[in-house]
Amino acid sequence: MIVALFVVLATITLGGAIAVALDRNVVRAAVWLLFTLLGVAGIYLLLGADFVGATQILVYVGGTLVLLVFGVMLTAQAPFMQLQSHWTDRLAAIVVAGLIGSIAVLVLWPGLPSGTAREGSLPGTAKLGEALLGVEDESQFPLTNLPIGAARNRPRTAYLLPFEVISVHLLVVLIAAAYLARPRLAPPPAPSQQAEEKP
Amino acid sequence: MAQAEASPRLSREHAVTGLTENLTSLGVPADWAGLLAALTAAVLLVTFVAVSALFFIWLERKVAGRIQDRLGPTRVGPFGMLQTLADGIKLLSKEDLVPAAADPILFRIAPYIAFCGSFVAYVALPFARDWVAMPLSVTLGVMLVLAILSTEVFGVLLAGYSSGSKRSLYGGMREAAQMIAYEIPLGLSVLVPVLIAGTMDLNAIAGRQKGTIVSWQVFHDPFAFVAFGVFFICGLAACKRAPFDLAEAESELVGGFHTEYSGLRWSFFFMAEYATMFLIAALAVLLFLGGWHTGVLWFDLSESLGFFGNVLNAGVLILKAWLLVFVMMWIRWSLPRLRIDQVMTTCLHYLLPIACVLLLGAAVWRIGAPRWLADGTPFVLAGLTVAGVVWFLYCVVATRGTLPTAFDPASFTQKPTTGDGA
Repeated sequence: MIVALFVVLATITLGGAIAVALDRNVVRAAVWLLFTLLGVAGIYLLLGADFVGATQILVYVGGTLVLLVFGVMLTAQAPFMQLQSHWTDRLAAIVVAGLIGSIAVLVLWPGLPSGTAREGSLPGTAKLGEALLGVEDESQFPLTNLPIGAARNRPRTAYLLPFEVISVHLLVVLIAAAYLARPRLAPPPAPSQQAEEKP
Repeated sequence: MAQAEASPRLSREHAVTGLTENLTSLGVPADWAGLLAALTAAVLLVTFVAVSALFFIWLERKVAGRIQDRLGPTRVGPFGMLQTLADGIKLLSKEDLVPAAADPILFRIAPYIAFCGSFVAYVALPFARDWVAMPLSVTLGVMLVLAILSTEVFGVLLAGYSSGSKRSLYGGMREAAQMIAYEIPLGLSVLVPVLIAGTMDLNAIAGRQKGTIVSWQVFHDPFAFVAFGVFFICGLAACKRAPFDLAEAESELVGGFHTEYSGLRWSFFFMAEYATMFLIAALAVLLFLGGWHTGVLWFDLSESLGFFGNVLNAGVLILKAWLLVFVMMWIRWSLPRLRIDQVMTTCLHYLLPIACVLLLGAAVWRIGAPRWLADGTPFVLAGLTVAGVVWFLYCVVATRGTLPTAFDPASFTQKPTTGDGA
């Protein structure tokens, strides 16, 4: 039954993702994205990662998607906004999707010599989180393949600092976007006029 | 402490897993047993949501009528109780319209998203000890409920957007702005009881409030007491009830986001609203008001009476939640609707800082409160509350008022224009 549930959820996720890419209506694309995100959350729940699943719904569905639709509703000029894409965009999209898809197949397909998806060969997310926080496992350090002594000498924050720097960068982008999108206000009237209007 | 409490619950019996085991022992294949058990739980929950929506709509009309000096529905069935059923039949037979200017796909699926948003959250709601549909592997109940509840906004938003009507669009935008703002104090005020209990598992949070009302988390410390108020106000906003019903606002926006809807799709929005009301009320009961414990008995009924005790406990929880739903209706028909800027001010200038202070205060209380203070506060708070309720009830009973049973003859000097005097 787990396999059947996975197939259903994966179909919802992939179907939603394809529909997001193909639909020209922004809000409809957001709805298809809703199905994709819920499908991914369902897969997390299926894997027993309840916390990640709930966070996925809370952050992406309750936060990001609502903000997205809210933004479209506030900014759309026509009732139902359509996206227009040039044929070069589509070509680029197909090339990028093909490249990423081939990487996924090459890495994850067990039959290929480059495939790594064998039992126990992947480090798992716990190791990834530990590496992000700089917690070092004395016995093995599979992510960087550094010798143990070299790994120990690195700063304790590991990847946490770059991660935080990226989020600061996002903040900068947000402020810049708010600055660019600010309403162009007319210059304020002369102070003498304001004084006259005041009762 | 939290770990020690949480670990045995994995081995306990839950609704779905228990049913699956029973079915498997009867010879049903494991896969089909799991599917059947999940379906049974889902059907039970849908039935509960639908039947309680029927009841709440009747109650809403009765409460509204009494508050406005009317009788409410009286004709259909005893006390007009079948009025909602009659309305349901009317809604079923209505034409299912989609406006020409609407986005047909989004317009059709929006009610289902809204309903699913509030219905799916019931999956993680324990009705009595271990009576929860979904066994969660991590102690996570509150967070999942809040997460799924936040998707209900999306349905309302889509309904407002896709209707192709400016009134609907206004309603949808107001709802979005309101919910984005109110989710923050809602989440922060939920954190206070979570902090006290040391777990996010609703089953464990309610389970540790065993005993008399002194052990209820709302009386744990002054911060939790205020946090209950903040949670309830934010909960009202989350189910877009008056005074926060700006998304509907009958008097300005016709019906707001559901202006263009008719028939069964329209009724789905109302099912969602009443389902959310019960959900918020049940959540408040589980987090603050002692869960399924009566508050009078010093032992857990399910421990001494087994299955029958669990049934009684579920009844207690539902009764408490109904009482809170009644308070929501009371508030709706007593207070005027806020303006959108007032709604935003209430949240961002008042509730949000208050919620932050409460969280901080609860944390400090947990670490630094001396023993005599931590032990004495529940008694003081519970005593004051009980005294207040008793005084209020005394005032209600002792006030001599004229009941709306007789007409004031002076105001009816003219004959009614209709023949039957209705």
